[in-house]
Order: sequence, then C-alpha cells, then structure tokens
Amino acid sequence: MRLLKLVPEDTNIKFLKWRVPFYVVSMLLIAASWALVFTQGLNYGVDFAGGQEVRVTFTDREEAPIASLREQIGSLGFGEPTIQRFGDPNSVSIRVRLPEGAEDEPGAATEIGNQVVSAIQSEFPNVRQDANETVSGKVAGEFRQTALMALLFAMLAIAIYIWIRFEWQFGVGALFALFHDVSLTLGMFALFQLEFSLQIIAAILAIIGYSLNDTIVVYDRIRENLKKYRKMEVPELLDLSVNETLARTVMTSLTLLVALVPLLFLGPASLFGLTAAITLGIFVGTYSSVYMAAPILIWLGVNSDSFVPTESVVEKQEKKARGET
Amino acid sequence: MLEFPLSRRIYLWGFTLLLIACALPSLASLSNVRWPSALPEPTVNLGLDLAGGSHILLEAERAQVARQRLETMEEAVRDALRDAEPRIRIGDVSTAGNRISFLLEDPGQVDAARDTLEPLTQGAGLTGQRDWNIEVVDGSRFVLTQTEAGLDLAVTNAMDSATEVVRRRIDSLGTREPTIIRQGDTRIVVQVPGLDDPEALKELLGQTAELEFKMLDTQALPADIEQGIANPGSELVPGAPGSDYQGTVIAVKRLGGLRGDSLTDAQQSFDSQTNEPVVNITLDSQGAARWARITTENVGQRFAIILDGEVLSAPSIREPILGGTSQISGGFTVETANNLAISLRSGALPVDLTVIEERTVGPDLGADSIRAGILAMSIGSLLVVVLMIATYGRFGVYACVALVLNVLMILGIMAVMNTTLTLPGIAGFVLTIGAAVDANVLIYERIREERKKGRRVIAAVENGYREASRAIYDANITNFIAGVLLFLFGSGPVRGFAVVLIIGLFTSVFTGVTLTRMWVAGWLRKARPTDITV
Repeated sequence: MRLLKLVPEDTNIKFLKWRVPFYVVSMLLIAASWALVFTQGLNYGVDFAGGQEVRVTFTDREEAPIASLREQIGSLGFGEPTIQRFGDPNSVSIRVRLPEGAEDEPGAATEIGNQVVSAIQSEFPNVRQDANETVSGKVAGEFRQTALMALLFAMLAIAIYIWIRFEWQFGVGALFALFHDVSLTLGMFALFQLEFSLQIIAAILAIIGYSLNDTIVVYDRIRENLKKYRKMEVPELLDLSVNETLARTVMTSLTLLVALVPLLFLGPASLFGLTAAITLGIFVGTYSSVYMAAPILIWLGVNSDSFVPTESVVEKQEKKARGET
Repeated sequence: MLEFPLSRRIYLWGFTLLLIACALPSLASLSNVRWPSALPEPTVNLGLDLAGGSHILLEAERAQVARQRLETMEEAVRDALRDAEPRIRIGDVSTAGNRISFLLEDPGQVDAARDTLEPLTQGAGLTGQRDWNIEVVDGSRFVLTQTEAGLDLAVTNAMDSATEVVRRRIDSLGTREPTIIRQGDTRIVVQVPGLDDPEALKELLGQTAELEFKMLDTQALPADIEQGIANPGSELVPGAPGSDYQGTVIAVKRLGGLRGDSLTDAQQSFDSQTNEPVVNITLDSQGAARWARITTENVGQRFAIILDGEVLSAPSIREPILGGTSQISGGFTVETANNLAISLRSGALPVDLTVIEERTVGPDLGADSIRAGILAMSIGSLLVVVLMIATYGRFGVYACVALVLNVLMILGIMAVMNTTLTLPGIAGFVLTIGAAVDANVLIYERIREERKKGRRVIAAVENGYREASRAIYDANITNFIAGVLLFLFGSGPVRGFAVVLIIGLFTSVFTGVTLTRMWVAGWLRKARPTDITV
C-alpha cells in the first residue's frame, strides 16, 4: 500500500536564510498588535467589562427583529447594545455593557439585566430566553486580573521549565515565541473587534500549550543534532533540525485543524470564539516555532558546546572521584 | 522497549478496560439509554451550560455587618446602663465613625459603667482580643470601638447563617440538587440545575426579609419629614412600592420595636374581609411576650410594619395583641405574598445579599449544545482517523484505536473523579483528539527516519519510541503547566476546559505511547516483517 506523504522526503528548505526579514516582519506585527490593543482596545465581553448578555429566540418569527430591538434597548439609557445573530436566524445575543461610573455598584448589572429582559418581553411576548449572563463591575475586575495572572504565570512557568530541561537560551527563545503568539492573537482580537471573554483566555492558554509542542519538538531535535554534528555551523544545523521535523509539524497542525474545523462550523455557537481563536493560534504557533524560536538561538549564542560539560565541571567531577575537595 | 510479558499486557488491558467501563454510564445517559440500576453508575456531571440551570454569585457587604453590630451594641449599652443599680445616666450619644461614644452624667460612675459594659464584649479570635474595645477619655467619656477581629467573627457568623438561610429558601422551591457554597469571606455561590424560572430564584435570594415592627413617631412634623429631618431617636422610612405608602416617607422610632427574628412561622393567606393576599405570622414565646407588652403600652397608637427598610403598612393598635400572631398586608399579589412567607419562614438574611454574577442557561440551549458538540466531535474524529490511516497505514490504525480508547478513558476518569463536563470541556475533547495523535506522529516520523538510515525493523521501531519520548514528555509537561494555571485561575465553565485537557494529557500519553507500543510489539513478534510501511 502506498501511503500518503504530505511532505516530500529529505526536504532541504532554507528556512533560516530569510530569518532577518522574517524577524523584522514579526517584530512589526508584534508592535502593531500592541498598538492596536492600546488604541482600539479589546472588545470585552460581559466577563471582563461587566454588564449583561442575554440570548433570546423569537419562537414565532423566521428572523429576529434586530433593528427594532436595537432601538428599543438603546432607549433604556444604558448605551448602545451589541446585538448579533446567534446560531439560528431567529436567535440573537444582546449585550449591554455596564455604563461608565456603574462599575462600583454591585447591583447595577442585575438591574440592567432585569430591565433589558422585561423590555424585550413586553414588546415580544413570544420570546424564549435561552441564556443570561450578568456580571457586576467588581467581578469583571477580578476576572481581568486573574486572566492576566494566568497568562503571565503560564508563560513564566513554561519558560522556567524549558530553561531547566534545555539551556537558558532555549527558555528565552520559547518565552519569546509565546510572547509572539499571545501578542498576535490579542492584536487579531483588537483588529476585528471580536468579543474577548474568559473563553478566549482559555483559548490563548491552549495556543501557548500547542505552540510549545512545536517549539519543543524543534528544540529537542536541535539539541540532539548539536551533540551529533559538533562541527556543523549553527544556522545550517537549525535548518537541518527544522527540515527533519517538518513532516511531523505539518501532520500535527493538520490533525488539529481537521479536528477543529467541524467544531468551528457545526459546533455550538457559544464555542465559536474559542474555536476560532485556537484555529488561528495553530497557524501563528507553528510559524513562531520555526521563525521565532529557532533563529533566536543563533543570536543568543547557542553552539555545540552548550550541551557539553565544560572542562572545569569535568575536572571537579574527577577531583571528587579521587576524593579531593 | 518492545518486551511485553503477559502480566504486563493483562495489567495494561485491565486498567484500560476498567476506565472505559467507568465511562459507560455517562455514555448511556448522554445517549438517553437507561442504565441498569443494579450496576454502579459513576456519571460525569453536566455543567449548567449543558444541563441548563442557574449559577448565581451573591455578595454581602462587610460595612453593613459593622453598621448592624453598632446598632445592636448601642441598644445593648443603653439597656444595660438603664437596668444597672443604681441607674447610670448618659448623654451626648454618638455612633459616628463606626464607634459608640457617650458622656456619663455623673463622672463618679466610671468604674460602675465599665463593670456594666465589660460583660457585653466577647472574646474574638485566638489572641485574646475582645470584639469591642472600651476606652475612657477625658475622665467621663466612654468610647466603644469595634475591633477587626470582632468584625471578622461577626462577618463569618453572618455568612454562615446567611448560607443556611439561602439553603432553606432554595429547598423550599423544591429543585433538585442545588449546590450552595461559601466562597471567600463574603460570598455565596448558588448553583441550581434545570430551573424553570430563574427570575423567581433571584428574587427569593435578593430579599433580605428583615421584618420589623416599629412605633410611629407621632411628634414628627410633616415639614421636617419632607426635608428629610428626623427627630432624635427616630428615623425616616420610605413606603414600599405597591403598598398604600408608595412614594411617601414615614417617621418611626428607632428603638423599642420588635424584630422579625422572633418569628416561628409565616403562611400566605387571604384577608377575611378584603380578600387581599396577606401573610400570617406567628411569634415565639419571647417575641409574643414582648409584642404583648409593647401593644399594651401603646393602645390607640400606630405602628409600622417594615420589610427590608420599606413600610408595608401602618395599622393602629386597637387592642393589645396577646396571642403572638399577626397579619401583614401591603399590596401583595398571591405570588409576592407567598415568596415573602417562604422568606420569612426560612429566616431573615442576617445581611443583604447582592447578585454580583449570574449565568443562566435554558435547558433547550444546553441540549442543542451537546448535540452540536457531539456531531462536530464525531466528524472531527473521523477526519483525523482518515488522515492518520492514509498517512501511516497499519500504524495509523493503531493510533486511531488508541484515540478512541483515549476519549473513553477521559470520560471514565471524569466520571470516577466526579468532575463536571462543561461546554468549553467539549472543545477540550476536540482539541485533545486533534493533539493526542501528535505523540504517534512524532514516533512514526522517527521510525520513518530510522528506516531511511537503514536500521532493521525492530531497531527502527525501538529507536522511534525511545527518541520521540523525550519530546513527548516535555511537550506534555509544558501543556500540563498551562492547563493547571488555567484551572487555578479560570472560573466556572473554563475550568471544565482545563479539566479535560489535563486528564487528556495523561491518557493520551498512555494510549498513544504505551498501548500502541504494546500492539506494535505484538504484531512485530507475530508477523516478523522484514519491511514496514510507515
């Protein structure tokens, strides 16, 4: 039986030949992402902004009356609601953020929620309330804080682990690749103003995890080759390592994609944001493992001596063996 | 690497099958098949976002507990000094700034006053601290300050009993398996699955149900009330919406009334004359005696029935009320009267609770999510299976069998550990399906390489498993770190995602590495191939 070969055997693509332009582009993308996050801001969902989100289905209609809902809820005085189709054409999600100055009132979000729901129900008696989320300003603030801590601690803890398992250069490289992934994901959310919720934090942590899979596989091969080919130039050796692991990188990205794409289009509407973020992250993460994590090792001065005990260590061990102090 | 003695094979298969058996009840319940009741049934809990239900986070305010303590203490101080022998007269009482301060009219009574007040304080905490500090300044001014330890204790006690009250109220709704947990210092989490009317639940929990009977302040001037000024010893209370006093303000005496905590029963009923919905209450013997004394002393006067700081009604005392029962009216509907009766019966909340987070999902949406999730998961798995078998042939089949066992084992472990499957948890399953085969991909690609280098079959397979396992373990440990942090910092449904990911890391290494190695080894021993297609 002839098996499917996604990547031809013995590829020799000079990935690192273009490392400087790629790095420049990546740095620009990172900078642009943060500029977007700070100028456009993230489109916080109720988890992080506080306020309320209700999902309703108009059981007696083909299509939800979005325009009249917008007008009706807008007239309640809590600012412009965000109304989006949600799954079926007659289902919508209606999001009203906590107005300025109401962040410290614990009951404000609930009050807004009650008013929005009763306003909809009075106008459209045949509406079914599918879901309701209400988050007060205080809880939203806590969510923002814990989300930030989760991201920071995860990146740090992982970098430390890699540092212990490999060398410090690899730890820095992995951390940098993760920073790249997180930045670009945030930038994407700022650019397209996609709803940024707790689920997206989960998605980012998953992206961190899977981007690291790739980075570790490449790093593991680099370490192995550094020991094997002591005389090879480092850029050449990195290219060799990336090429050797290329078949695996492509295959694993592909299995992840084919598993996720059905969830993206056929799965529950509430999971769309999470799935979309992870799907994007797979591309970003795969790219960063090849173009961020590997080349940085050159600049950080990794060479074939990195994994060989230095003479002094050997001497110490010998002395110890001889019983000298 | 490829040695699998019989005992090891039995042990690996036994472990696998045991966990898969644990997944069966959950699978049965997901596909609506009845599970024989004679068998044990560890089942995965469905999160509220899948099963439908309400998650409500309630919070109390520490400052309110402090205010209440101040009020209670003021009353206790006044009573104690009045009842002292000889009576200790005080003046210039102030409760500003979270402390009680007053002047003794006779500075010679300082010691007597101190002896009277000391027993009113209690030990708080293990350090020997009291819950109130008593100081004497300028010879005859007493200052009573709440200590932090005392307030901590009071908050803890208030939250304990608030949790009990919340539990009783929810039980009265007759819902199944509600979860009520204290969280932090001042919070209570309430989770009620499959609820028809989440609004009613919120209303029930939001009602403090503090019932007070207070005498009207007949000396208050309407002009003062309009300006919001109350006589010393009095306070202004607004009328409750829907009652006869809606939109008005009534002056009542602060002290000398009756509190609803001496209530033993409350029932919804109808007024015999007006047929209006009312609530009948019964007082305990102490409350009844006190109420009898107050009403005897105040025949002809009016008192206000106050619920949560709003006047429901203000009837006159026509004759002393001796039986310890009373009727409360105030523009109720049958529903609101019934809710009030439930709240009163289950006791007043010692503090106001505010809903600071609510997540409710209707049962239809949850069921739709499960259906859509399972469909997407099945298609995704199928695509992964096709891709793996097309790429790796026989080895791909091993990986796919491992994948199916992996999913079942995750479900089994979740059932045994009694964890909750949430909507993001479904995404966790899909992600695990896509990522679990990574271990196999790594190993098989390595075997390909080893074969290309000209190694013999057995050596290539052995090397493939050995060389790939380093990266597999490192990758899984870093993923584990990310998962654990998500679990620690995430909340609610997002935790469900972390749970599936974390369990999936362990099971996918077991099925993807250990089990496939056993199968590959078995096949190599039996077929003794000289060449393999990987």
